[in-house]
Amino acid sequence: MYFIKRLIFSIPLLLVISALAFWLVHIAPGGPFDRERAPASPAIERNLEAKYHLNERVGKQYLRYLDGLVHGDFGPSLKYRDHTVNDIIAQGLPVSMTLGSLAFCFALGIGLPLGFFTAARRGRWEDYTGGLLATLAVCVPGFVLAPFLIVVFAIKLKWLPVALWESPAQAILPMIALGAYSAGKVARLFREGMLNAMQSEFVTAARAKGLGENRLLFKHAVRIAVLPVISYSGPMLADLLTGSFVIENIFQIPGIGVFLINGALNRDYTVVVGLALLYAVLLIALNLVVDIAYTWLDPRVKYE
Amino acid sequence: MFWVLASVCCLLASGCIRSEPPADLTILNGAEPETLDPAILTGQPEFRIVIGLFEGLMRLNPKTARPIPGLADHFEISPDGRTYTFHLRTNLVWSTGGPITADDVVYSWIRVLTPATASDYAGQLFYLKGAEDFNAGKIKDPALVGVHALDKFTVQVELNRPTPFFLDICALPIAYVVPRQTIEKYGDRWMMAQPLPSSGPYELAYWRLNDKVRLKKNPHYWDAVHTQSDIIDLLPVGSPSAALNLYLNGQADIVWDKELVPTELVDLLLKRPDFHRFDYLATYFIRFNVTRKPFDDPRVREAFALAIDKERIVRKITRAGEPIARHLVPDGTANYLPVQGLGYDPAQARKLLAEAGYPAGRGFPRFEYTFNASAGGAAEIHQNIAIELQQMWHDQLGIQMDLRQLEWKVYLSAQSHLDYELSRSSWVGDYNDPQTFLGMFTSDDGNNRTGWKNARYDALINEAGGQTDLTKRAELFQQAETLLVQDEVPIIPLFYYAGVNYFDTNKIQGIYNNILDDHPLQYIRKMSPKPKVQSPN
Repeated sequence: MYFIKRLIFSIPLLLVISALAFWLVHIAPGGPFDRERAPASPAIERNLEAKYHLNERVGKQYLRYLDGLVHGDFGPSLKYRDHTVNDIIAQGLPVSMTLGSLAFCFALGIGLPLGFFTAARRGRWEDYTGGLLATLAVCVPGFVLAPFLIVVFAIKLKWLPVALWESPAQAILPMIALGAYSAGKVARLFREGMLNAMQSEFVTAARAKGLGENRLLFKHAVRIAVLPVISYSGPMLADLLTGSFVIENIFQIPGIGVFLINGALNRDYTVVVGLALLYAVLLIALNLVVDIAYTWLDPRVKYE
Repeated sequence: MFWVLASVCCLLASGCIRSEPPADLTILNGAEPETLDPAILTGQPEFRIVIGLFEGLMRLNPKTARPIPGLADHFEISPDGRTYTFHLRTNLVWSTGGPITADDVVYSWIRVLTPATASDYAGQLFYLKGAEDFNAGKIKDPALVGVHALDKFTVQVELNRPTPFFLDICALPIAYVVPRQTIEKYGDRWMMAQPLPSSGPYELAYWRLNDKVRLKKNPHYWDAVHTQSDIIDLLPVGSPSAALNLYLNGQADIVWDKELVPTELVDLLLKRPDFHRFDYLATYFIRFNVTRKPFDDPRVREAFALAIDKERIVRKITRAGEPIARHLVPDGTANYLPVQGLGYDPAQARKLLAEAGYPAGRGFPRFEYTFNASAGGAAEIHQNIAIELQQMWHDQLGIQMDLRQLEWKVYLSAQSHLDYELSRSSWVGDYNDPQTFLGMFTSDDGNNRTGWKNARYDALINEAGGQTDLTKRAELFQQAETLLVQDEVPIIPLFYYAGVNYFDTNKIQGIYNNILDDHPLQYIRKMSPKPKVQSPN
């Protein structure tokens, strides 16, 4: 019941987001058809505005946009005029989602074992080394890590391709570059979670009952320790799935992240609003999934 | 848990495997094409692809970029220079079959001018009788526009006035011949039609956004026997370092966008034999907003121009061997006589500034120099030039200037609304004629953007436009440009761009560097690494 209610409440939320995005991108100075070279006559500009209804009031344009949205039509792109926003999403989103899922798996696949390991070896050199690695992963931004990976693995060692998106080998470097930050974050969250869980009363009780240390760690502590990671995973996944401008640009990946940034720079109104909505939907949906996972993992949590 | 993740990874990774035949030629083409519709494209990356897909009455000579007959076999020009009669080749066929006729030419041109097409560059066909009024909706009947099919293979064009560069216009994308039935069926998304009828040497195999445009040879093209490569991939690449890496690793044969040359390495790279520098029709200049004091005084503007050491800017900052500019129209432009312009003379600059009431810069108000930031490597160049100018004017004239960096669209908006004092500018010629540079500083042109209005200049440009004698025409342009860059100085030309592209001349043939930086695709080929050995028998 609770979850259905949340789904219903997300509709007005999306409306507000779309209206806000629509309004913000329209009040930004400069328009989609401002170019270095002005058209030869004012009539040409009027033709352009008329074609895309930019000569109407923003409110009316918004209602027109909503009408399209109800019919599943995000409108034409104003910059890429042969394509609709639906085309752009249909082509770019699967790529970004593939890369994002890979990066998500990488983040959990590296982050969780590292967090577990450093927690289990707390205070020893392994803990400090692991902690240092996790901190580095969080601190070094993608636009530094990506070229570094390219220089080492693609140019010097020639193990992997430098860019493009055609074979699985081409996904490895961008996956690492995109997932490293999240991996570091997951490792630290999971370590903290483990340490807290280990000191909690039910673990002490279990230990007093004579439960083995391994069983204790794997069976009982992990279940609680993973909760902060789960709540972080929702926004993290939404973030990774919608693509990254920096990584897609450096590795020449035909994802959606490049379109969001370029859309904003080009005042491609429909692309910006469409992608903002898409991002919002993903975020809402994934947060919902996180909350469902919570009730399943931690019996103390109940939603009314 | 780990195994679950690992298997998910493998599954996902296998999703991005694609198997398709390799291309004969892979070209890194710069920005993602905004459109491949000849009627609405405006940029060079788009043009470099579309030149393969469609053709006009004229096409470009790959060596000189001058117009030569394309779909037209031959043509006649009336003695008054206002009527052109084109005779189409009789063997023209769309890539999907069906003849290309004079009606298709007329349809394509009228489509460009139709208001609903909303073509940015419709202005390039305004030389036709009735075209501008038709585009503005003042006349509704396309029969009143000066392009008509006399019979199946003859197109007659009537112009408002003699236009010496009209054949150049006929080779521009705006004048390409496009498939009527497909466009009427699919509307704005006709580029996505499968198969897409093309009139040029190539067909569109597919276009994946931000990934790849693949062209395959059109066997029905009239000159298909001379098409050199069967499959050409054109990749949009946004980052210069990625382009260089892909090229050096052998994943690309040709890189031909200037934005894809890492600026910090340009002087080193140009020493390599596979990096080629060439002159092309583009000028980097500064605009003054002459409606703001003290820049309403021509002496102040001239002083600013004389105090710039342009040599230093090209040597220290741009470093690709750009020629310094004393006038707006690049040397080497057709039908053009160069003007003297202004050189580097700080003493004279100080004298002029003193005459204007600011001896040694005393009392000169603070002002701003506006330039744009961009995502590419060029942004640094604008900023570095701004800093250099700031220093030069401070040292030579004793004046203080502030820098104002704006995001691209904000910058364009500021420039067209005259919300600036000085502004960085550039212009790339559309066709090989002084008109494309000088026409924009007439009083009412949308590209003027300086607030400078000069009746004599307008009269000279107008007179040149109606002149059929090319020498007299060039002299009129020369007088006009003298006003622009020497007497009135609403702009300061700094340098002419140098084009840079890279490919190995031992492997790639058929690219000739020309002043428009246009390279018809059908002439380009890659030499096979192992030449086939002829068997002795």
